[in-house]
Amino acid sequence: MSETTNGTAENTAEDSTMDTPKRRTLPVTDLSLVVLIGASGSGKSTFARRHFKPTEIISSDFCRGLVSDDENDQSATRDAFDVLHYIAGKRLAAGRRTVVDATSVQQESRRQLIELARKHDVLPIAIVLDVPEQVCAERNASRTDRADMPRRVIQRHIRELRRGLRSLEREGFRKVHILRGVEDVENATIVTEKRFNDLTHLTGPFDIIGDIHGCASELESLLGKLGYVDGAHPEGRTAVFVGDLVDRGPDSPGVLRRVMSMVGSGNALCVPGNHENKYGRYLKGRNVQHTHGLAETIEQMEGESDEFKRQVREFIDGLVSHYVLDGGRLVVCHAGLPEKYHGRTSGRVRSHALYGDTTGETDEFGLPVRYPWAEDYRGRAAVVYGHTPVPQATWLNNTICLDTGAVFGGKLTALRWPERELVDVPAEKVWYEPAKPLATEAPGGHEGRPLDLADVHGRRIVETRYQSQARVSIREENAAAALEVMSRFAIDPRLLPYLPPTMAPTATSHIEGYLEHPAEAFKQYKEDGVARVVCEEKHMGSRAVALVCQDAGAARERFGDGGTSRSSAAESGGGPTGALYTRTGRPFFDDEARTEVVLGRVREAVTAAGLWAELDTDWILLDAELMPWSLKASGLLRSQYAAVGAASGAVFPGALAALEGAAARGVDVGGLLGQQRERAADAAAFTDAYRRYCWSTDGLDGVRLAPFQILAVQGRSLAALPHDEQLALIDRIVEHDGSGLLQTTRRLFVDTGDEGSVRAGVDWWLEMTGRGGEGMVVKPVEAVVRDEAGRLVQPGIKCRGREYLRIIYGPEYTRPENLTRLRGRFLNHKRSLALREYALGLEALDRLAEGEPLWRVHEAVFGVLALESEPVDPRL
Amino acid sequence: MFLTISTTGTPERPATDLGFLLHKHPDKAQAFSTSYGTAHVLYPEATAERCTAALLLEVDAVALVRRGKGKGRGGAPDAALAQYVNDRPYAASSLLAVALSGVFSSAMSGRCNARPDAPAQTRPLRIEIPALPARGGPDLVVKLFQPLGWTVTAEAVPLDTEFPEWGDSRYVRLVLESESLTLAEALRHLYVLLPVLDDAKHYWVAPDEVDKLLRAGEGWLPDHPEQKLITSRYLSRRWSLTRQAMERLELVRLAETDDSEVEAIDNAVEEPEDTPEAEEKATPLAVQRRDAIIAALRDAGAARVLDLGCGQGQLVQALLKDVRFTEIVGTDVSMRALTVASRRLKLDRMGERQASRVQLFQSSLAYTDNRLKGYDAAVLSEVIEHLDLPRLPALEYAVFGSARPRTVLVTTPNVEYNVRWETLPAGHSRHSDHRFEWTREEFRTWAATVAERHGYDVEFVPVGPDDPEVGPPTQMAVFSVRTTNENEKEAKAA
Repeated sequence: MSETTNGTAENTAEDSTMDTPKRRTLPVTDLSLVVLIGASGSGKSTFARRHFKPTEIISSDFCRGLVSDDENDQSATRDAFDVLHYIAGKRLAAGRRTVVDATSVQQESRRQLIELARKHDVLPIAIVLDVPEQVCAERNASRTDRADMPRRVIQRHIRELRRGLRSLEREGFRKVHILRGVEDVENATIVTEKRFNDLTHLTGPFDIIGDIHGCASELESLLGKLGYVDGAHPEGRTAVFVGDLVDRGPDSPGVLRRVMSMVGSGNALCVPGNHENKYGRYLKGRNVQHTHGLAETIEQMEGESDEFKRQVREFIDGLVSHYVLDGGRLVVCHAGLPEKYHGRTSGRVRSHALYGDTTGETDEFGLPVRYPWAEDYRGRAAVVYGHTPVPQATWLNNTICLDTGAVFGGKLTALRWPERELVDVPAEKVWYEPAKPLATEAPGGHEGRPLDLADVHGRRIVETRYQSQARVSIREENAAAALEVMSRFAIDPRLLPYLPPTMAPTATSHIEGYLEHPAEAFKQYKEDGVARVVCEEKHMGSRAVALVCQDAGAARERFGDGGTSRSSAAESGGGPTGALYTRTGRPFFDDEARTEVVLGRVREAVTAAGLWAELDTDWILLDAELMPWSLKASGLLRSQYAAVGAASGAVFPGALAALEGAAARGVDVGGLLGQQRERAADAAAFTDAYRRYCWSTDGLDGVRLAPFQILAVQGRSLAALPHDEQLALIDRIVEHDGSGLLQTTRRLFVDTGDEGSVRAGVDWWLEMTGRGGEGMVVKPVEAVVRDEAGRLVQPGIKCRGREYLRIIYGPEYTRPENLTRLRGRFLNHKRSLALREYALGLEALDRLAEGEPLWRVHEAVFGVLALESEPVDPRL
Repeated sequence: MFLTISTTGTPERPATDLGFLLHKHPDKAQAFSTSYGTAHVLYPEATAERCTAALLLEVDAVALVRRGKGKGRGGAPDAALAQYVNDRPYAASSLLAVALSGVFSSAMSGRCNARPDAPAQTRPLRIEIPALPARGGPDLVVKLFQPLGWTVTAEAVPLDTEFPEWGDSRYVRLVLESESLTLAEALRHLYVLLPVLDDAKHYWVAPDEVDKLLRAGEGWLPDHPEQKLITSRYLSRRWSLTRQAMERLELVRLAETDDSEVEAIDNAVEEPEDTPEAEEKATPLAVQRRDAIIAALRDAGAARVLDLGCGQGQLVQALLKDVRFTEIVGTDVSMRALTVASRRLKLDRMGERQASRVQLFQSSLAYTDNRLKGYDAAVLSEVIEHLDLPRLPALEYAVFGSARPRTVLVTTPNVEYNVRWETLPAGHSRHSDHRFEWTREEFRTWAATVAERHGYDVEFVPVGPDDPEVGPPTQMAVFSVRTTNENEKEAKAA
């Protein structure tokens, strides 16, 4: 069946029978490959220029010029057409109408163009300029570059053109417009037609209804539940049927009557299912097997009037394979559709829309094996479809199958759009025994499939909903580094919905003896227009993200089975109850059992605090610090920090003794001895500094977790929840921890406009770091804050303690000459990186909250990791 | 960083001759500027009986880092180290060796105008280095200095006395004593062996470094029992120094992000082993593995082959030698491994026809990759054990479900055989990055499950000597996709 039955045949018939009309309007589809056919000199280029945009037209002469510097060099024809096909292919792939301006009088050249149109699933349209030989010859003669074209060339063109005229439709052109004579050509106008499947201007709201299969009673119940009264919705909603209205069920005529009347009155849209298609062929008298429930439909229709049968035939005949709705955000069809077919028109698009992508194999029940196209789907438009019965409609990669097997005793399901709410009614009984049990999961299911490399690899731009960071670009080499770390060390991506962004330090202080000082942080926020900030104690541990689910079942349902062997996890009801991972997504503990103990302790505290119900969730994502530092960073401590301590500890006694000895002998050692003593003291201070963040742990004894933000819960990102409310929730969790694992985060609220308050903030920091604390992080209380221009403000600024910075800048950084040089540090790149990563992190949480597909969440998470490999001074 | 050189003497041959030999007056403290700081020479004691010269190098740590920002970062000692707190100001590394050769150049070459005979004379020498970084620990220090005529006292310095559980640091407190060496010999020993022991990818090794080594090693290096280790450590890191620094940078930053050591995540490329035995032992099994893989590929009639996780490209190189393999694709997730592989294959110099048979690109077995579809065979040689078990299902789907070649070869260590490796301590895996090692039973169970789930048949082939008790060192599974015909036959038979 042809995609554009409606109208096309009539048009072409009209074209070929009409003689020399005064005004001709030629309908041309908005996305099509228009082939101009005419002899040299017939006026194709002039015609094209008059009716189409210059960029829509590709002429063979132009391409000849591109490859040979001579538009008339016939020896370059082959290369010229390669270029022409290439450009046309790129345009069509991008969904742009393309007009080919070449003679195209030979069938072979037209065949190649038709193939190209089919390859890109657009309509090939022929416009023939049948102009007398004399006119062509005169026109060529008037052009210097063609003046010497032999007359026989034009004669041959016209001969070939005439020969092909009658077979153009057979060749595959879906519209053929023939303009006979100069006058006809002059008087023609082009009218651009939309494709039948293009209903992007309709914005609904819609109620998309799954496969009905003659379950008329369930349909009435569902329509009632959706709020329809006698086929119309008082709030003007539109129903959209995904097809398979008939067969198998008890009352296919009743379903048809209801749907046809709703479509007729403009209250509904309908796409055809394979069952309508087959029934339609039956109604046209074709020979079809009465299997898969068709026999029931035929029998039920026997009592219906011939008039009704005729209406059904016309209704089915007029159905368009799929619709693109709501500004391109929604695609509805029967069996699903990959993105490259959206809005396209070809036999295979229709076939995919009706039957899906079959592998050609059959399964043990004799049913065709379907290719899981939805697993590969990466399109932005939501695809809503039916066709494959599943027990529960679930989103996969922004697609959802609404066939919940009503006729097999399942339920009839509708999706409210744009609300994305599911509404269903149970089947009244098993109307038809299924050939095989309903698949236990939707295609791909929540168990998911691995992500595709194309989701993350190479140079990319990740779009976020944060104005100043709307497009975050990832460089190829950074993506490559992230790929290695993500693949070799990270936990299962399904349990990794977030990675924390890096944080910029405060502007460099010029206060004597200090490189960082909180006064700068308060000043910066004041300048950004942030009045209320919270200073949070910076725990010297390792950043940890904890995903804590209420139980293993919740973890499986929300995040997949976490990578444990599918069958065993499902059978035992076991599997992880969450994850505890580092800033690069690595598991904190090699031992899964230990992770589970930590998660269990957090879970008990959340339960005791009553937060599951209060936050209406069965999982919680926490940003935290895990202590001691030595737990995670022991390798680094040994190879770098303690090593420096050991080397300095070993070298100074001897060096000082040597200097003292020389000085005692009366050798003038100048300031060297004093200098070395200072260096020895600095080295000792360094050793003291790192030791403060190390303590011995035995198993989990001595391990502490200090959560400081709830990032997300089911269906909601809490990243924008003000920090005072955040900390109040966190405090309740910590208070209810009976295990000694959780540690509170001390904080102080500061008003950046109030000198006294700022001074109190500085004093608090001095006191804390004076006792060996790492420092603090200053954050706007309102969490996600934008400045006057709408740009994101730094979500936090760290102010690290003077002694702590020895670990970062080296034992001797406080020497005045060193401080002077270190003050030349540049912060802009770090700040920009912090904001980009922050936007990606927020975006990941938003995508998670909105139930977007895994690859979308992963894309943003991966982006954070990739940005972390960007070159930036690591001491910042 | 600091060392002392002492000697004893008699009124006839006063110890203070040391001052003449070193060309530095015992009653002065002298300062010399070097590229990374100032070197001071002074004498804590200087009598006819005993004379001690001290060399103190004050390293400017900030300058060290700044210099690192120069072109290619090559000017700095290790690029990664330079960015961080590091031990260079304290430990007797190659910087000290460089200072030594600069400050005592005449003494090293054995020239002494004031006492022309003195340089050739042996004398009692005592050299103390309180913090000598030594990869290989006190044992190696002894092995390197003892054959040269030194009495060696080498004690490991503990990392942190407050945390005894952290163990020893890589520093050794070294005392060398000898009666039978000249000062020039002693200095040349130090000049070569300090950086060899440090082994910390110290500085840009210039092409003339070979000449320097030969000069400094004259008279002692050729007969040294550890000559191979000394020369390889001194020279062989040359390209890794210069190129590695660039290639690792992105990973280095991710390691820093995570408070990890760089080595913890950048271990996809094996560093050359120092001990030649290790190599000689490992080679035959690696070769046997490749032979077994190539034989299996031939049996399967495969022409277009994927080497998934190709590492440094040894298998790709072997496959290229057989023309029946018309298309060979090597993938790895490590860019550094791919660079090494590309260099090993000399891809940039390969003829067009040959080059058209081979491709190397980054891919990941944790993701599906459309570029891998449609091949005859895929080889996963010693790959799966580098993945955490929970992520294995992703690999299974990417290979057997998505790429879906007709034949899949998987090799992995047989953990049962580990008891037969004499050098392997009990309970240790063969490689530090092995996340698991399987018994034959475990491997077969896994392979059978994968085969069943994805419609393959599987057979098992031993690789290496098949021990009657513990099996072969390497186990290989050969998966062949079931054709539809076979499926039907099976269905009928059932």
